[in-house]
Amino acid sequence: MFDNISVIFPRILEGVPNTVIATVGGIALTIVLAFASALGLLASSPVARGISRVYVEGFRGTSEVVQLFWIYYALPILVGIDLIPLAAGILVLGLNHGAYGAEIVRGAIQSVPRAQYEGAIALNLTPAQRMWRVILPQAVVEMLPSFNNLFIQLLKSTALLYFVDVSEIFKQGDSLRASFNDDQGLIYLIELVFYLLLAIMITMTMRWLERMASRRVGRTPPSRESALAKVSGGAV
Amino acid sequence: MDVWDWDKAFAAIPPILEGLLVTLQITVLGSLVAYVLGLILAIVRRSRIPVVDQILWALIELIRSTPLLIQIFVLFYVIQPAMGLQLSPFATGVIALGLHYACYTSEVYRAGIDAIPPGQWEAATALSLPRSRVWTGVILPQAIPRVVPALGNYTISMFKEVPLLLAIGVAEIVARAEEQGTSDYRYVEVYTMAGLAFLLLSFPAAILVRRLERRVAQK
Amino acid sequence: MSHRSESETVATAKNVTDNVMIKFDGVGKSFGDNEVLKQLDFTVAPGEFVTLIGPSGSGKTTILRLLMTLEKVTTGTIEVAGNYLSHMEKGGKLVPADDAHMRETRKRIGMVFQQFNLFPNMNVLRNITEAPIRTLGKPREEAEARGRELLEMVGLSEKVDARPTQLSGGQQQRVAIARALAMEPDVLLLDEVTSALDPELVTGVLHLLKDIAKTTDITFLCVTHEMQFARNVSDRVMMFDSGQVIEDAAPEKLFTSPDHERTKEFLHAVLNRE
Repeated sequence: MFDNISVIFPRILEGVPNTVIATVGGIALTIVLAFASALGLLASSPVARGISRVYVEGFRGTSEVVQLFWIYYALPILVGIDLIPLAAGILVLGLNHGAYGAEIVRGAIQSVPRAQYEGAIALNLTPAQRMWRVILPQAVVEMLPSFNNLFIQLLKSTALLYFVDVSEIFKQGDSLRASFNDDQGLIYLIELVFYLLLAIMITMTMRWLERMASRRVGRTPPSRESALAKVSGGAV
Repeated sequence: MDVWDWDKAFAAIPPILEGLLVTLQITVLGSLVAYVLGLILAIVRRSRIPVVDQILWALIELIRSTPLLIQIFVLFYVIQPAMGLQLSPFATGVIALGLHYACYTSEVYRAGIDAIPPGQWEAATALSLPRSRVWTGVILPQAIPRVVPALGNYTISMFKEVPLLLAIGVAEIVARAEEQGTSDYRYVEVYTMAGLAFLLLSFPAAILVRRLERRVAQK
Repeated sequence: MSHRSESETVATAKNVTDNVMIKFDGVGKSFGDNEVLKQLDFTVAPGEFVTLIGPSGSGKTTILRLLMTLEKVTTGTIEVAGNYLSHMEKGGKLVPADDAHMRETRKRIGMVFQQFNLFPNMNVLRNITEAPIRTLGKPREEAEARGRELLEMVGLSEKVDARPTQLSGGQQQRVAIARALAMEPDVLLLDEVTSALDPELVTGVLHLLKDIAKTTDITFLCVTHEMQFARNVSDRVMMFDSGQVIEDAAPEKLFTSPDHERTKEFLHAVLNRE
């Protein structure tokens, strides 16, 4: 079984850059959209709340595959812009996981004790200062573990880009299927190892961020199970 | 040539409805597998049998940490041939989704069981109730109602992941929409209708689950 | 109260060697580094009402929990009615008891808990009949008839269909007592059974327990802070501190002229609270 590894391994390795780009791009977009729509959900303007709610429910209520197909095939027809598959992929990853992220951010902001708001008002901070300097730092500590799970979900979702022919890990492995039919066990094994490694890297980064964020607000981060345990993202 | 053709949109409805039926069947069957297998896993893991527990932990972590697509392909192209089986894509999908989500539901059951006050276990011991009766008469009747909303959420998630089975040829919603769309290169209508199909089912379901969550939290 | 036939009572007595119902022999119990019980040796005769008093952490509740097999001994052995509880004989040697052995031996031991621990998913009658049916294998009609008798005895006949959540603390505890009695135990363990009750409900439960103690031949082991009750109902009081028996005497002696300094201190602190 391991004889063909010299051909199989490099081919799958070629897919790693695209997986990483999609993951990083997707995470960046997710963060932006999560915060924007969370603040929208908490805004006083009913219009802002409405738009945010439609976005969140819309993307959480439909399948990511449908969203991918729609953005790659239908959107170009509607707005006349052609997207390269990777771009469409990053867009979908960000939009989809941003919607789930919105609830994480909203929940974390609302979990900051009322007393903090009142203290900030008493100190005469503007609403923006209040949010930026008092509320968010505390909320961020709360949301990091959930974002860890979400980002690992996102990493797993990059495999969907196979459907629009992006040469990421899964597609690369699949391209070998025809020629190496008997080695499929090996192909998937290598893929699994790559995904696990990437997931561990995400978790380690998030735990480092947790320590930094906790220190900023003067807390010790809660004790955690092993990094591998955290790698098991939750179905969101 | 305009962007939206209502005729095309309506023409897409019948095949998408057929795909929806397939999707729902897979969701129901897959959920059954996930609910039952998850409970078995939770009870077995609680018994902490030495080697078995480690192996189960590793398998569960592996399934939760890796893409469902890979698991589907492994089940279809590696495990079945190795076992001398070749189940239909439909059946493979049900098993793959069921196994995948069982790893999540077992965690839900575990949390529900752990939430039962130790005093209940102690009273059952004091009365020397047989082990099976402790589970069926005391623990599970208290644990399961509390975890129903979480289980419901996973069913909704499963419903939205059925399209992955498109890759092994299951005629679910997206497959039917794609079929329809590629015939005349009109994609806006078909994929919008496909999206609507998901939304019209998952949104009310999510509301229902949220209401259940509130009711459980009140008790 | 306990419907024992003549022959059954005689049979039970025969099982009891040297008039001993409970025997602790060199029992020690540690939780990790924490040694809660040290070299405990004592016996309890059939039908005796023994109260355990002492400060928190002295090990009194642990003794009850060991008897109910909720914990396992670290050293020493426990015998109940002449049979080993904590251990079993296997190939002529004494080994720690397995689940099956413990299940058999503890059928004659019952316990009433501080937090009642009624099963919320069953109504009152089912709470009482569940174990007689499932553990003792009694037919449903017989168990239910007995259950209703017991409910009447504890004064809650009208609550037969109620759910535990609909009852007051005192009522729940009385159902818990009925549930324990339905198993026809030789030994009944009472773990601070009135500590979680509103003060006005305590008396009712204590009266009930006193009645049961006087009218049955059940052996009682009771942990309580209710000193008046201990004095009225007990045959014997054991004072505990740091996992050892400091003093073991009849209530009249222990409460009025205890031998030990520690006992004097404890009683002084507790009784002068009122």
